[in-house]
Amino acid sequence: MHGKTLLKMRGIYKSFPGVKALKNVDFTLCEGEIHALMGENGAGKSTLIKVLTGVHIKDEGSIFITDTSGADQEVQIRSPQEAQKNGISTVYQEISLCPNLSVAENIFLARGESALVNWRTMNKKAGELLDNLGIAVKPTQQLASCSIAVQQMVAIARAVDMDCRVLILDEPTSSLDEHEVAKLFMLMRQLKERGVGIIFVTHFLDQVYEVCDKITVLRDGALVGEYEIENLPRVQLVSKMLGKELDDMADIKDEVPEFKATGEAPVYEGKGLCSSEGISPFDFNIHRGEVNGFTGLLGSGRSECVRTIFGADKVTGGTVKMDGKEVKISKPKDAMKNGIGYLPEDRKRDGIVGDLSVRDNIILALQVKTGFFKPFSKAKAVEFANEYIKLLDIKTASVNTPIKSLSGGNQQKVILARWLLTHPKYLILDEPTRGIDVGTKIDIQKLVLKLASEGMSITFISSETDEMLRTCSRLLVMRDRKLVGELTGDQLTQATIMNTIAGGDKNAE
Amino acid sequence: MPNKMPSPPKTSFWARLFSHQIVIPIAALLILAIFNLISDPTFFRIVFKENSSGNKVLSGNLISIIDNGSELAILAIGMTLVTAASGGQDISVGAAIAIAGSAMLRILCGGSSSPTELQSPIILAFIVGVLVAMFFGAFNGVLVAFFKIQPMVATLILFTAGRSIASWINNGELPNVPGKEFTYFGSYIPGVPVPTPFLIAIACFIVIFLVMKFTNLRLYVQSVGINEKTARLNGLNPELIKLMSFVILGICVAVAALIKVSRISSINYSVIAKDIEMDAILAVALGGNALSGGKFSIGASVLGAYVIQFLTTTLYKLEVSAVALPAYKAVVVIILVVMSAPTVREKLSRLGKKLRSGKTGAESAKA
Amino acid sequence: MFRKNMPGFLKKPGKMTDTNLLTTITIVVFVVMYLCAIIFLKEGFLKPQTMLNLISTNSYLIILACGMSIVMINGGIDISVGGVTALVAMCCAVHIENNGGSFFTAVLIGLGIGLAFGVVQGFLVAYLDIQPFIVTLAGMFFARGMTTIVNKDPINVYNESFMAIKDTKITVPLLGTTNKKGIYVPATIEIGVIIALVIVAVLFFMLKWTKTGRSFYAVGGNKQSAMMLGINVKRTTFISHVLCGLLAGIGGIVYFMHIGSGSPAHASGAEMSAIASSIIGGTMLTGGVGNIIGTLFGVLSLALIQSIVSSVGLDKAWWTGITIAAMLCIFLIIQSIIIARRKKANKAAGGT
Repeated sequence: MHGKTLLKMRGIYKSFPGVKALKNVDFTLCEGEIHALMGENGAGKSTLIKVLTGVHIKDEGSIFITDTSGADQEVQIRSPQEAQKNGISTVYQEISLCPNLSVAENIFLARGESALVNWRTMNKKAGELLDNLGIAVKPTQQLASCSIAVQQMVAIARAVDMDCRVLILDEPTSSLDEHEVAKLFMLMRQLKERGVGIIFVTHFLDQVYEVCDKITVLRDGALVGEYEIENLPRVQLVSKMLGKELDDMADIKDEVPEFKATGEAPVYEGKGLCSSEGISPFDFNIHRGEVNGFTGLLGSGRSECVRTIFGADKVTGGTVKMDGKEVKISKPKDAMKNGIGYLPEDRKRDGIVGDLSVRDNIILALQVKTGFFKPFSKAKAVEFANEYIKLLDIKTASVNTPIKSLSGGNQQKVILARWLLTHPKYLILDEPTRGIDVGTKIDIQKLVLKLASEGMSITFISSETDEMLRTCSRLLVMRDRKLVGELTGDQLTQATIMNTIAGGDKNAE
Repeated sequence: MPNKMPSPPKTSFWARLFSHQIVIPIAALLILAIFNLISDPTFFRIVFKENSSGNKVLSGNLISIIDNGSELAILAIGMTLVTAASGGQDISVGAAIAIAGSAMLRILCGGSSSPTELQSPIILAFIVGVLVAMFFGAFNGVLVAFFKIQPMVATLILFTAGRSIASWINNGELPNVPGKEFTYFGSYIPGVPVPTPFLIAIACFIVIFLVMKFTNLRLYVQSVGINEKTARLNGLNPELIKLMSFVILGICVAVAALIKVSRISSINYSVIAKDIEMDAILAVALGGNALSGGKFSIGASVLGAYVIQFLTTTLYKLEVSAVALPAYKAVVVIILVVMSAPTVREKLSRLGKKLRSGKTGAESAKA
Repeated sequence: MFRKNMPGFLKKPGKMTDTNLLTTITIVVFVVMYLCAIIFLKEGFLKPQTMLNLISTNSYLIILACGMSIVMINGGIDISVGGVTALVAMCCAVHIENNGGSFFTAVLIGLGIGLAFGVVQGFLVAYLDIQPFIVTLAGMFFARGMTTIVNKDPINVYNESFMAIKDTKITVPLLGTTNKKGIYVPATIEIGVIIALVIVAVLFFMLKWTKTGRSFYAVGGNKQSAMMLGINVKRTTFISHVLCGLLAGIGGIVYFMHIGSGSPAHASGAEMSAIASSIIGGTMLTGGVGNIIGTLFGVLSLALIQSIVSSVGLDKAWWTGITIAAMLCIFLIIQSIIIARRKKANKAAGGT
């Protein structure tokens, strides 16, 4: 099964302003091997892929490709075109094909010497190729009319036809259903037979164990290790990704007192909630002063759940009661009216209004709540802003500084300030601690506990389990877009969480 | 934990001034003023004399600039908002002015081509004009906000149909408004030495200033223009706000139409407010507002509008014919957009850095 | 019957490519309109010459619309074409009438002007990344201004050799009719029609069978993807604008040959008619979808509806503008709905 080495990356370094994204990373890929690249957010997977495909240029280190004669050749990859020339093809999660063209055209676009397009031979060749790979699609069909899975396979077919030897699949399965995933895996195995080396990036553990031969784990930009799949049980994999050894899980947990619900109705209670983003319907409730959290790996659907609660995605079903009264939450404004606040996961895309000042960013949500005709005076707005700048220790030159010039942690605090200013009953924090420095992380956790003790209900999401253990008294576990478990009390340990995330003994399903 | 506030970066008064966007129209204004001062100092003379209708009024080039630039300045208000909220521009304002003007004349003249007296009060005609213009603004707004058609293309429809609709409203007639009262809006009110259009423009600025002060318009529009997703997650309705910006532009159009038709007490469907959309977009760009939306300054746009009128008057002074004017303005537009294009800016700043480093290098070599 | 068919088209857009679907809609609309005209308005529309006259008067618009379609397929827009047409016509007129130049050199001047506009605008759009609308808006005003700078007043051309070319009519076999007196009247077209049809054929071939042609679709479909697939996006965008400029130059010459004069007021609003024709012909504003044959039918539909409107009795000048805008509006909304449906359908196919 283990063929010759195909690709070697040695001692790769890459840094961006302020971040060391890759530190001395090695990676080896053999012929006819499906190799999973795993790691949580910020682990450096995508940077490594981008270095390999020429989107980013490495700072240090070397890349070797074994040529057909079997000798290692050091190669320089400075653009996607150069990567392709070296036989490295990538299929991205966001499909990079032209939806308005036919399947055959997408396979053969911008290739070959002739200035003319011979449709008949092109369709014939495409038909043969697709048959060969077992992809059931007509070459003349418009790409946009194919399902995402088929589009992805067409992208793979293009790569294969361009004599690729290294195929990188960057989260290809995140928008596919089971049936489609099965088809994709069949194709992957077929390519493996032909000796293609495949690098597979995914967040779905089941899929890794179904199809991969080897796993390389990255964490915080550094290599954790390379493992044969059979030597690395799931729980171990999860612990390696999260950076917690199973042993030291005899716990930090004693700070959070168990939450005792009073007799009154929960602040928020949702039944059968689901949204257009494809999560299985779930039930959820939270009481006054409670801190709970959604946990699960990235892409498991934890963000989609809270987005549904806040009405950020299109809500397709379910009923909601707040303080025992039935309410309708179909858009963010409804949620805000009912006293819900939401700090989104993607700060840059959904959180900040980049060009506006810190002051405007802080008062935005409250100004929307107060309505169009009730703006604050400038003095009042500055007073609010200064109050929270002081309270949250936001480091900014002045209230008039554009928020985009602040550091990530301070931007996050500004958004937190925005929601605290609206005095919500219930606050959702989706990854408030991502990409910010340790000091700020601790500040935010302390703040969460303080707010809860003052009676606010908080849902807290973090990729770092110990953060959640330190703050939450109840954890809802997500896997593959399904709510698979609820942990309270003694169950709140690293080990149980990891077992539940990993689908542990596989009985959970 | 002590709050360690980093001291604000020490910027000189000049640096702070230059970072403000209003510096662009001011600089353009200064260049034009200096140019005129050198070529013909009498350009700036203002005299107080009797005009043809026997009023004592101010006259001179500067007065004609603030007079004739007023419609443009009023449009610039609305255009700035539309640009900020939708990241595109409305190219149908000229055609919409024709429609609103035609509707006003229809009400004033009651459908006949030269009535002997006003058929309805001016205020009624104005209100109808405003409603009509708001309706067509909303039409554009719906196409942009709800059908997600690019603003310039969506407004192409009204651009094509506008002047035809305008002449249809009055059945192709060119009615003449009787009486003097109506002409006041486009010339002078007896006893007031300042041209009325300028007074109307000032009234509009005051209104929009008050609106800005007593509503959240600025915050909402900027939020939607900068980051629509965030705006939605903070409870705003981006579609509604875009629609609103087009409706506000509609009101501006109606006011400009009132001045335009009042100037000649009649209308010429194919000529009225011709090419004004180009000038209005130029005013927004000259005011230093990003044409792709986001932060805006209405004051800078308005100043930009008057700068354009200044340029027009200067070109007239140089005996450029009215019809050839667009060619010169086009050159100004191209220079402006090329200078503000990100790729060009980047290259220029790199060039500047190179020059500077070259300089310091040379200096250190000397030392 | 037609109304019954319409929803069917919209319900199942999955089977055809976007381009084919929209082109089909256009052709069906055109045929139905023409049949209605023949059935209800009879006289005039029965004679093939009516149709041929429509094509003759609009041959320049066909050429302009073809250029517009290419730019729009590539994801841009060019609103300078009307101005360029007027400028070219004016320059040709001045060159022949005032300077005594030959028609041949006038043609070269026209092509040169068109090419110059295309190159400059293409450079600004493709390599400096400036919005095409702003660039070509400035281009339009520059061309209009230049037209009056070249010559302020309308100028008629009486040069004999030019008049000979202008008045040349080409007989179309088989389409002649017999008039009331029993005399056979042959059906004729102008030279411009031949030029326009040749251009349509050449461009149809280019868009369908050449790499460059397909690159326009790829870039218009998804710029980012096109780049990833190895297409030189900047060069493709540049070429699209150069082609459009060149075609505007040719359109100007054809216009001049049809009308035989130069005037600042010529071809006013031609850019909007060209855009409208392209859109009605099934070219999507968002790029990536469109077809030259569709554009041809777009121009013809536009011309036909104008003549129908005037023969129904709505002969006032303003009805033209209003009908064009109404048609434009309807087709824009149809496109917007199709895009939305497609997106939804794709999501449903991909999601869950």
